[in-house]
Amino acid sequence: MYKLLLCWRYLRTRWIALASIISVTLGVATMIVVNSVMEGFRHEMQQRIHGILSDIVFESNSLAGFYDPDWHMEQIRQVAGQYIEGMTPTVVVPAMLSYEYNGSSITRAVQLIGIDERTQSQVGDFCHYLQHPGNREKISFDLRDDGYDVIDHQAGPDAPPRHEMREAGWKHRHKWVERQRLLESMQPKADRQASDPHATRVPLESLEATLAHEQHTIRPAAFEPALPDDGADEANPLRDDGLAGETPLTGSENSPIAPAATAHAAAVNAATHDSAQTAAQVPAELTVESAAGPINPFGAQATPAETFDPDKQQHPGAVIGISTVTHPLAGGHTLFLAMPGDDVRLSFPTAGTPPEVSHASFTIVDLYESKMSEYDASFVFVPIATLQQYRGMFDPETKIGFATSIQIKLKPGVDGQMVRDVLRAAFAPQIYNISTWRDKQGPLLAAVQMETAILNVLLFMIIFVAGFGILAIFFMIVVEKTRDIGILKALGASRRGILGIFLGYGLSLGIVGAGAGMVIGLLFVAYINEIADLLGMITGQEVFDPTIYYFQKIPTIIEPGTVTWIVAGALLIAVLASVLPARRAARLHPVEALRYE
Amino acid sequence: MNNPHAASVSNRPRALAAGSPHFVPQSGEAATATPRLQARGLRKSYRKGQVEIPVLKGVDFNVQPGEFVSIIGASGSGKSTLLHLLGLLDGPDAGEIRFDGGRIDDLPVRRRDLIRNQQFGMIFQFYHLLPELSTLENVLAPQMIAAGAWSFLRSRARLAQEARDLLGMVGLGHRLKHRPRELSGGEMQRAAIARALIMRPQVLLADEPTGNLDRATGLEILRILRTLNAQENLTIVMVTHDLAIAEEADRIVRLCEGGVEKA
Repeated sequence: MYKLLLCWRYLRTRWIALASIISVTLGVATMIVVNSVMEGFRHEMQQRIHGILSDIVFESNSLAGFYDPDWHMEQIRQVAGQYIEGMTPTVVVPAMLSYEYNGSSITRAVQLIGIDERTQSQVGDFCHYLQHPGNREKISFDLRDDGYDVIDHQAGPDAPPRHEMREAGWKHRHKWVERQRLLESMQPKADRQASDPHATRVPLESLEATLAHEQHTIRPAAFEPALPDDGADEANPLRDDGLAGETPLTGSENSPIAPAATAHAAAVNAATHDSAQTAAQVPAELTVESAAGPINPFGAQATPAETFDPDKQQHPGAVIGISTVTHPLAGGHTLFLAMPGDDVRLSFPTAGTPPEVSHASFTIVDLYESKMSEYDASFVFVPIATLQQYRGMFDPETKIGFATSIQIKLKPGVDGQMVRDVLRAAFAPQIYNISTWRDKQGPLLAAVQMETAILNVLLFMIIFVAGFGILAIFFMIVVEKTRDIGILKALGASRRGILGIFLGYGLSLGIVGAGAGMVIGLLFVAYINEIADLLGMITGQEVFDPTIYYFQKIPTIIEPGTVTWIVAGALLIAVLASVLPARRAARLHPVEALRYE
Repeated sequence: MNNPHAASVSNRPRALAAGSPHFVPQSGEAATATPRLQARGLRKSYRKGQVEIPVLKGVDFNVQPGEFVSIIGASGSGKSTLLHLLGLLDGPDAGEIRFDGGRIDDLPVRRRDLIRNQQFGMIFQFYHLLPELSTLENVLAPQMIAAGAWSFLRSRARLAQEARDLLGMVGLGHRLKHRPRELSGGEMQRAAIARALIMRPQVLLADEPTGNLDRATGLEILRILRTLNAQENLTIVMVTHDLAIAEEADRIVRLCEGGVEKA
C-alpha cells in the first residue's frame, strides 16, 4: 500500500521526473503518427494495387499467350472452382503510346492491356477509377457525349476542378476535328500528307494481313446479328458508311464464302457465351482498316475525308492511364495534353515469332486514374478482342482467341497463396506463371514494409535514449530520497518493498509519458491534414503535395495492435530504466541512509 | 518471531487509547526471568578507509519488560550504534541480541524486517517523517508496510481511527492533514511517537528524541514517554547525551570506551 501511495506522491511532487519522460512522450507520439501514416499509405497502395491486379494472375510465359482462355478458365474452375468468384481473360503487351499536343508528337512507353469489358469488373475495381460516371457503372469503349467528371470523384469536394473535362467526349472531338480541318485548309497541299501521322504508318506484315483477310471474309456473318445488340446507336450508321467504302476491296471474296461463314459464326455464338459474340463483332469492324493496310499503301485512314470521318466516327476505344496524357501542376491542378475524344496511336508487338511492330489508332474514351502513379503512367486498356485481332491472337479456323493472362478473383476470406499453390501444382510451370497480386507487387510492398521497420527501429532508439534520461533522473531521485528509504526500512519495509516503490514509480512515469504520447499521437493523426495545412500556411510551403502522391489527403490508419505495442514498449523501457536505481535504493544500508543529510 | 510474542502482541489490550488502569504486566515471574532485550558481548567496528575503528567492544546489558532505560555517553561512544544494533537496523560483528529470550540478530532479513515493523517502535533525533505524506499517513505508514494494499484498504477506516486516537493522545488531533514541513519540531516528534506506537510494539527505541528540541518541548516529549511507560508498561530504551534528560528514566546505562561503565 505504501508503495502505491508513495509512487503516487512522488509522481505528483517530482516534476523534474516528468521532464525526463517528455522524450518518451514524444517518441511514442512520433511512432504512432509514423506508423499510422505508413500504414495508411501501405493500405491505400495495396488497395489500389489490388484494385488493378486481381487476387491471382494466371499468366503465360510468352507474349503470344495461350490458346483458348475459356478452356483454361474451365480447367482452373475444375481445379479450384470452390475458391473462385470471378475470372477474366486479358492480353497484356508492352506498347508505345503516341499522340499530338500542340503540333508536337508525344510518346510514352505503356503497358497495353486488352480487357474483356463484360467480365473485367468481376475481378477488380477497374471501373471505379474511370472518369465518367456511366463508365464506372459499366465500362463501354464507345466515346460518351459528355458528362465526364470535372471534380475528381475520388478526391472529395476540396480538389481543384478539372475544367477541361467539361468538354471531354464527342464535344471535344467535334472541336478538335474542326480545328484540324481549319489547320489543314490553311496548309499547302504538299505538306498535308507529310504532316499526317497516319501517312508514316508501316504496312502490316503478311501474317497479319492474311489473318485479317480471312477474318474479313466472315465479317458480314458476325456483324449482322450483332447490330441490334450494339448500344452505341450513333456509331452504327457510321460504321455502315465505313464498310461501304471498303466493300469494293473485299466484296468479291466475300460473297461465295459468306453462307458457310455465317453458319460457322452462328455455331460459335451458340457454343460460347456472350463474350464470344462481342469478340466476333468488334474485330469484324476493326479488320476493315487493318485489312486495308497492305492493299492501299496509305491505309483506310490515309484519306479520312472519304472513309473515316473523325467528326462522326471513333477508332476503337481505349481507356488511358491519366498520367500518360496529363501533367500535374501546382496546387493540385492538372494540365491535359489529351482527353477523351482525342485519338492516340499505339504501337505494339504482334504475336508472331519474331514479333513485329504493329500500329493502330485508338480514341480515348476515358481516363484511368488509380492514383498509383506507376499504373496511371503506364496502363492503357483496350477491348481484348480488338487487341487479339491486331496482334493476330486469333485462330482463324475456330474463331477462338489467345490470351496472355487470366485474372482470378477469389471468394472473400480465401487464402490466395493456397489457391496459387493449388494452381501451380495443376499447371505446368514452364508455360504458366501463377502468382498472387502480393507476389506481383512484392518488391513495392516489401519496400514500404522495410521503410516502416527501419523507421520503427530508429524511433524506438529515441525512446531507448529517453530510457537513459529516466535512468539518470531516477538515480538522482534515489539519492534525494535516501533518507526516506532509510526511514521506510527502519519502519520494517523490506528490500522488495523499496524495489517495488521505485519500479512502480518508473512504471507510473512510463504510463504518464506513454499515455500522453498516445493521446498526442492519436490527436495528431486525427488532425494530420489540418496540421499539414496549418504548417503549409505558416511556412508558405506545402507540406503534403498531393501531386507527388496522388492522394488529396494524407491517408492514415490507426492499428490498435501497433499502438498497444508501442505503448507497451515504452512502458517496458521506463521500467527497465528504473531497475538499476531501484536496486540501488533497495540495497541502501538503513543506518547509512538515515544518517544521510 | 516465535509464537508467545505474537500471542502477547495480540492479547495486549489497547490500554494506551483507553487508558485502562487495570493493565497488568504480562506473566510477572517469566518476565523477570527473561529480560525483554538482552545485549551480549556486542562488538561493532566501522571501517574508515584502511583503518578499522572499533565502536563497541563487547557491550552487555539487559532491559526488563516495562523498564525505561536511558543509555548515556559522550558523542562517539557508540550509543547510537548500540541502538541501531538493538533495533536490527545494523548487524553486530560479534555478540548477540536477544528479544524475550530468543536471539534475533541472526534471523533472516524478512523476519528482522517483520520484528522492526511489529515489535519495535523507533523515534529519531531528526524525527524522520516522510515529507510526501501527511501526519496521518505518516502514522499509518507502518500499517501500510505490514498489510498488503487490499487488506489495508479494507481495514482503512479502523486503522485511520486508531491513528487519529494516537495523534489525539500525543496532542496532534488538529494536525492530521498537515505535511511534516508545516509542523514544528515538537509536533514532528510527537507525530513520530504516534507512528512508533501504531503497531503496538513491545519496545520503543528512542535515539536522542529531544536532541533537536528546546528544553520545554523536550520535556514535553519526555513526559509523553514517561506516561507511555507508566500507563502502558511500554519498555523504552532511550539514547541521549544529556544527563538531565537521561535522569528521567528508571535506569541509566553509561557507555564509555565501547563498553558499559559499571555504575
